[in-house]
Amino acid sequence: MATVVLLTATGLGLAALYFLIAAGLSLVFGLAGVLNFAHGLFLSVGAYATWWAAQRWGFAAAVVFGVACAAAVGALVELAMIRPLYKRPTEQVLVTVGLSLAGVALLEAVWGADSRPFPRPQWTRQVVTVLGARVPADRLLLFGAAVVVLAGLTAFLRFTRHGLVIRAGVEDRAMVSALGIDVRRSFTLVFAIGGGLAGLAGALGGVYFGSVSPEQGASLLIFAFIVVVIGGMGSVAGTALAAVAVGLVQQFVNYYGTGGAGDVCVVALLAIVLLARPHGISGRVAA
Amino acid sequence: MILEVRDLSVRLGGSHILQGVSFDVPPTGVTALLGRNGVGKTTTLRAILGEVPAGGSVAFDGAQILGRPTYRLVRSGLGYVPEDRGVFGGLTVAENLRLAERGPNPDYETVHALFPELRQRAAQRAGTLSGGQQQMVALARVLLNPNRLLLVDEPTKGLAPAVVSAVTAALARVAQRVPILLVEQNLAVVRRLAGAAVVLSAGRVAWSGPAADLLGSADQTRSLLGVGTMGSGTTGSPTTRST
Repeated sequence: MATVVLLTATGLGLAALYFLIAAGLSLVFGLAGVLNFAHGLFLSVGAYATWWAAQRWGFAAAVVFGVACAAAVGALVELAMIRPLYKRPTEQVLVTVGLSLAGVALLEAVWGADSRPFPRPQWTRQVVTVLGARVPADRLLLFGAAVVVLAGLTAFLRFTRHGLVIRAGVEDRAMVSALGIDVRRSFTLVFAIGGGLAGLAGALGGVYFGSVSPEQGASLLIFAFIVVVIGGMGSVAGTALAAVAVGLVQQFVNYYGTGGAGDVCVVALLAIVLLARPHGISGRVAA
Repeated sequence: MILEVRDLSVRLGGSHILQGVSFDVPPTGVTALLGRNGVGKTTTLRAILGEVPAGGSVAFDGAQILGRPTYRLVRSGLGYVPEDRGVFGGLTVAENLRLAERGPNPDYETVHALFPELRQRAAQRAGTLSGGQQQMVALARVLLNPNRLLLVDEPTKGLAPAVVSAVTAALARVAQRVPILLVEQNLAVVRRLAGAAVVLSAGRVAWSGPAADLLGSADQTRSLLGVGTMGSGTTGSPTTRST
């Protein structure tokens, strides 16, 4: 029983990371139609900015700084590199791939290719007893953060005008323009939100893995893409469900099966969902 | 003239869909844009609205607008009701309307007077509405804001006869306040609403003048629109996709 609880907690922690990355990725694709391979760069920016700031300020302030840096990079990338290419999707994909590679190279040039130990707060190293299992507190931190983000994002999409525009734009962005709305401003906003959430994932990933590395964003991005496809493009709720499914499948199969089998099962899960529901769990509906 | 279209030209996917379309829309009443399926009626509206790249010139209330972003044209008073209604199915009726609000004082009084049903269905998802109710939402969205011209694309397409009458009556009331450029296949609706008509054929203007003159001549309606009867026919096959 204790093992199941621990695996569930660890799986949900991983799911929280996937959700934080995939939620922005999903909204960006759902609204702007951009397959953003540079999203992993936003995570790395958040991770390194938090790592840098955590050595100078408190953990909370460092996370805020990391999220702000990643959000700013997300908005800048949209404004400077994606916006001129909205009618050229192939070039757009190439630019995001190039950015991703260049970003990793830049981080390696500045801080080296090796992992850097992340200054985790003492309280995240403690364990909490849940149903007889000793669960690391950082799992609960990740899961709690993801729940707060899910609630906040859902409220934002449901109750604000920007959220309304994003939900409508996911359905038909040309029609949003035909109502007199400059949908490009929403594109910048979702890039900033997506960047900020990926930055938060980077900061919390530092706590979860105990280190930051230039390749971290790219490796997590692969599973985030799988989560987005399973959850349905543009669907925040679907993304959350898919993240939980992927995180739990990975943890349980890797523990009870052979190492690496969890990743294979996640790909199998993706194939099954695509065959049964080609538009993912929720389809293209935000919130 | 509220709208002056000159030598409008559109190429899409290798096809030369509009080949120098020129016509005027007067500042009052309804101007019908007619023609068989595939002649470029919908493309003409989309080109005016900046949704497809086009050559030539379009003057809206004296200002050249070709190449300007769609959202700016709409904000300047060019309302658009698309052929497929463009209702956001995942949003409620109230959210669809709220999204369309452009100013601080949206005209819900007019909308609810024309379409009282929308008030009762405010919390219903628009995707679950009937075709007629969705058309009401689409029209209501443009009526919330002050417009100087409405572009309305096939508002009665696929609707039951009773609903066609209701939508036509609503458009007649709207036309008392704002001019409309109307694409419509149902000639009974055109007869009821339109004062002027422009007929497209093979990407060009084949005829323009008073709508009564066109619809009063069986030979002209047959040769230009492909229908043999006057008044109640539809132009071309309603199942063919418009361009």
